[in-house]
Order: sequence, then structure tokens, then C-alpha cells
Amino acid sequence: MNIHEYQAKSILANYGVPILRGKVAYTADEAIKVASELGGALWVVKAQIHAGGRGKAGGVVLCRSSEEVHQAAKKLLGNHLVTHQTGPKGQEVRRLYIEEGCDFTQELYLSLVVDRTQQCLSFVASDAGGMDIEEVSQKTPTKILTLPIDPASGFQPYHGRKLAYGLGLKGEEAKALGQLAQNLYQSFHALDANLIELNPLVITKTGSLVALDAKVTFDDNGLFRHPEIEQLRDEAEEDASELEATRQGLSYVKLGGNIGCMVNGAGLAMATMDIIKLHGAEPANFLDVGGGASRDKVATAFKLILADSNVEAILINIFGGIMRCDIIAEGIISVAKEVRLTVPMVVRLQGTNEKEGKKILAESQLAIIPANDLSDAAAKVAEAAREAA
Amino acid sequence: MPILVDRNTKVICQGFTGKHGTFHSEQALAYGTKLVGGVTPGKGGTEHLGLPVFDTVGQAAKKTGATASVIYVPAGYAADAIFEAADAGIDLIVCITEGIPILDMIRVKRALQGTKVRLIGPNCPGIITPDQCKIGIMPGSIHKPGKIGVISRSGTLTYEAVAQTTAAGLGQTTCIGIGGDPIKGMNFVDVLDLLWVDDETQGILLIGEIGGQDEQEAADYIDHQYKKGRYKPAVSFIAGMTAPTGRRMGHAGAIIAGAGASAIEKVEALRKAGVLIATSPAELGSTMIAALRSQGKAVSAGTSGE
Repeated sequence: MNIHEYQAKSILANYGVPILRGKVAYTADEAIKVASELGGALWVVKAQIHAGGRGKAGGVVLCRSSEEVHQAAKKLLGNHLVTHQTGPKGQEVRRLYIEEGCDFTQELYLSLVVDRTQQCLSFVASDAGGMDIEEVSQKTPTKILTLPIDPASGFQPYHGRKLAYGLGLKGEEAKALGQLAQNLYQSFHALDANLIELNPLVITKTGSLVALDAKVTFDDNGLFRHPEIEQLRDEAEEDASELEATRQGLSYVKLGGNIGCMVNGAGLAMATMDIIKLHGAEPANFLDVGGGASRDKVATAFKLILADSNVEAILINIFGGIMRCDIIAEGIISVAKEVRLTVPMVVRLQGTNEKEGKKILAESQLAIIPANDLSDAAAKVAEAAREAA
Repeated sequence: MPILVDRNTKVICQGFTGKHGTFHSEQALAYGTKLVGGVTPGKGGTEHLGLPVFDTVGQAAKKTGATASVIYVPAGYAADAIFEAADAGIDLIVCITEGIPILDMIRVKRALQGTKVRLIGPNCPGIITPDQCKIGIMPGSIHKPGKIGVISRSGTLTYEAVAQTTAAGLGQTTCIGIGGDPIKGMNFVDVLDLLWVDDETQGILLIGEIGGQDEQEAADYIDHQYKKGRYKPAVSFIAGMTAPTGRRMGHAGAIIAGAGASAIEKVEALRKAGVLIATSPAELGSTMIAALRSQGKAVSAGTSGE
């Protein structure tokens, strides 16, 4: 789960991560009010969307008067910000974060991530802060410092020293960075985070560390321990159909092709997308109905697929393990009758109670095209889409 | 010899009296698995499915002599269940539960390091040696005793691989679904290491997907074996060739983002090591047959629809 920058900063501040003063604003007038409350002569108006690359896309504006704050706020609010993470349509800006300005001498990068290779948490640090870290790691990998933390020892002060001296810091700055790293490690555990990233983390003219930007994502599997974090979810930032899918325990990703897919299991769902492509068609979506697809889940899945106007044919691919094919067949039929299917549908059922399932489909009097195996199913659905187009 | 489990493996079930525990224990018993009891705290001394229920894994292991445990407890309690099984001296822990917090798994993984305990999963279908022992949620009927070892990160795609090797008349020695989570017990290399020295396993089918580096490590392992002259035919399919970058595809493992490699990179690494690649998920069985026939002599991936 993702949250906004201002939310991330407010949470991290509780764990001793140094941030600047700032406040969220929903209108241009509110933005001016916040700026005057903050005082000073320099403000940063920052678009709050769940995507990185905001700076380059013009979503972070430096302002030197309340008039400039007003202008920037008006320009950003209600407009779509297109960054390299949003896709071509961009993401509508609905909230702004107005922050006091700050002079700094150096920009660093510091994050704590789940390291699959080391099977633990690792710090990633770089003295090339403020840039896209993936770009830095590709172009100048020597500028990236990775430090795995053994879960048996947990964070120790020497980890902090390794990071600080590795970044070339000295004296009080090095001490402050060590403490900050420890705070990040603690907050990661306290929050069941999946990623904490400070980029840039700057050293101010007065020699203190400040996180100018902060990103926190949470482990969806850990959210049950944190009802207070669930409250921070901004549904406007999430794709409506993907959100609906999540509510029903489905996993749905819209893609853009013409074949709507309904599959059980993520691996098989991806393999189904792959084989559709091998047969010259394009998958319209990834859709995993999970292990125990109830009638409700199948109904939601149909709704999601049919809401996509690109869909010219549907492929249902179920390999019944826990899931019995006869129950799936009944679900498919009852929902298909209800939604009045207008596109051809190919169904491949295999596994537990396969014969019963196929029989139910055959006797349904619905225009279902049965398929014997994966290859047969992909060929038939690609053919059906060509005919329908 | 199959690997890890056979007809003599005594198994207990944690979360035995729950809905999933009950359903899959019934299935396991019907398949012939030597399920000897279960654990549900608070229900010790009772009976379920005709088997004894214990309060702790320690009691269950001591009374039944079980060496394997299968876990169906809810995600929030699963790490505790794995720790308890390890502490009770269980050798093989199969954790089916999905949705375990990642920080819990990091602690589990570290705690098991250097012990003799083997963990399969979490978020996996389990392990089966056909006609001998089924531990997990896979449909038993699609399996057939035979000569192929199957390792997979996915659930239903494993069934696809199994069904195709059965249909091709090859059958399986042991099939292991290692699960899709980023932090998990046994990985590809751990299983490959066992299958490689198993004489009955004449070919290996490795099913991977986007995300992580496990397939590259498997490629390195196979490359090493081949270079040492220890040949065993291996076939692989990697799911997610068409998956867009940066999007999460279902479970936690299936994501391309920074640290993980794309399907194409994985396929290239495996191909370079000498693994025959099935380009279509419908050609897992036929590509395996081609690999067995060629026995490492240069073959074009003739069955791959190219």
C-alpha cells in the first residue's frame, strides 16, 4: 500500500526522522494560508500523487512570495501530472503539500528495502541524492552502497558508521546519519513497511540532516496489524477497477489488449497472457481469481472484464486444485446469464471434477466454446476475437 | 528414490481442525499420505478425522514420531507455527498459508539458517511424491509416478506442468511448489541440489516467473553441474513474458521492479546454461521429451513453436 509524501513524513517524524515544517492543502487559498502560517520567505509547493519523478514533471515548485504559492497551487490542482511512473495519462493532483524552504549543501540518498537476494533488510545509500536511484545504479553502480542487516543482530551502531563513512560524512553529520539509519530500521519494523526511501536527504547549510522527500510503502500482508495505517489509504490514487478487484480478493491489472482473461493462480494467469500473445492476440488484463473463487468473485471478475471496451473475446482458464471445476462451471453459467454476455467466451477447465464441470457447461445452452487444453484454448480465443473484430 | 517425502514419511498437520486443515487432511488421507495426527491449541486429547489432536507440536511429534508438518494456520499465526515446528524437531515444514508479513518471514528464514530444518513455502501448493505422499493442496489425481522432478514458484502453473508430464507418459518423481513469496524457505537451488543426485529423477522441469533472481541462481547451478560433467536434462518455462514492467502481477513474487529480472533475462540465463526453454506453457511436456531424447546434444528448441 502506498501513501502520500506528507503522510509518510508525518509518520516518520514520530520516529525521529528530521523533516521540514509543512502542511497539506486542498485548494489554492488553503495553500496561501499554510504558507503564511509557516512564515519565512521561501516555500515549496509539492503535488501529492502516488508516483515518483514529480520534480522532473514540474510537480515541485519553489516559491518566493504568497502570490507565487497561489499561482503554483492553481496550476497544479486539478491537473494531471505525468511522470515516468504514472503512465501517459498521468495522475490528477488533488492535494498539495506546502513546505518551508531550506538551503542545503549536499544531497544524499538513503533507503531501507526488502532484499530478496540476501533475504533480509538492506540499506541502500548514495551520495548521488536527488536523482532517480535506478538510473544511478545503472550508470554509476559504484556510487551505490548496499548494506544488508542481519536480522539476528538487528541494527547496530557500526551499521550506522559504515553508512556514514561510506557516504563520506564526518563528525556530527556522520553521527546524525547513524542515528537516522537506526531510526529508519526501527520504524520499518514498527510499521510493517515494505520500503522507506529518503531522496533527497540533504545536509543543510547549518550542518543538519533533513529529509526533503520521503516515501513509505507498506507490506499489504502486514496491514492487519495496523488499522491506523489502513486509514491513510487514498482511494482516488488507485485504479477504480483494480480497487474493486482487491475488495473482492481478486488480483486485476488492466493491460490494453483484446482478450479478457480469468484465471486461477498468478503464475498460470501470466502464462495465459503469454500464450495468448503467442497465438497472435493481446491480453486485455491480468486477472487472478485466486484459490477459492466463489460465485461473487466470478461475478466481479466478469464485471471487470466486460467493463473494458477493448475486450473482443474472453478466455477462462481454470486448473482446479482446491477449486472444483463443477462449482466454477456453475458460477460461470449463472453469472454469464445475468450479465448477458455479448462477446464469445472460451472456457478451459481441467483438474478436480473436470468431467462434471464440462458437462454443466455443455448443457448450459450458452454459447460457450469449450477447450481441451491451454494451447487449444488460446487458439480458439484468438480465432474468436478475429471473427468478432 | 523420491526426494524429501515417501510412503514412510509421517506427517502432522498444524491448524488441523480448521476449515482448510480439515479439507486438505481428508484429501491427504484419501491419497494415502501417512498423516498421523494434528495440532490445534486447546483441543489436545480430542480426535479429528479419526486421528489424535495435540495442543503442541512437541507433544504431537513425540507421540506420533512425525518428521514432517504441514501448516494451514492463518497468516498472522504462521510464523509462530513454523518456529514451533522447528523447535519440536520437525525436519520438513511445509507452509501452505499465504499472506504472511514479510518481516515475519525474514525472522523465520534467519532462525532456520544453519539448522537441519527444511522449509517449503510459504504461499505454496506443497510437495508430492506420486502414489506415496501428498503434503499440500495440489490435486492428487493429475500426478503419476515417473521420472521427472518438478520445481515451481507458482501454484496452478505447477499443476499444468504436472498434467503435461503425466499426459506425455513421463510421470514425476517428486514435485515441489516452492511458493511465490520474496522471502521463503527452499529455493530452486536447494531443490535442484536434491533432484540432481536422485537417480530416479531423469529430467527436471523448472517453472519460474518474473521477479527476484532465483532463476538466475538456478541457471548458475545448472551451468556448474554441466561443466563438471554431471548432466541431467532440464527444461524451463518462465511466466510473465508479456507482463508490463513495474506492475505487480498477483502474489508478491510476481513483480518487475528494480531488483528483479525480467522474464527475457531469466530465459537467456537458463538457455545459456544449457537448459531447454519451453516458449509456450502448453509445451512443457513436449519440450521435456525433446530434452530427454537429446541428452544435451545440441538441439534447436524444436518443439518451441519457432
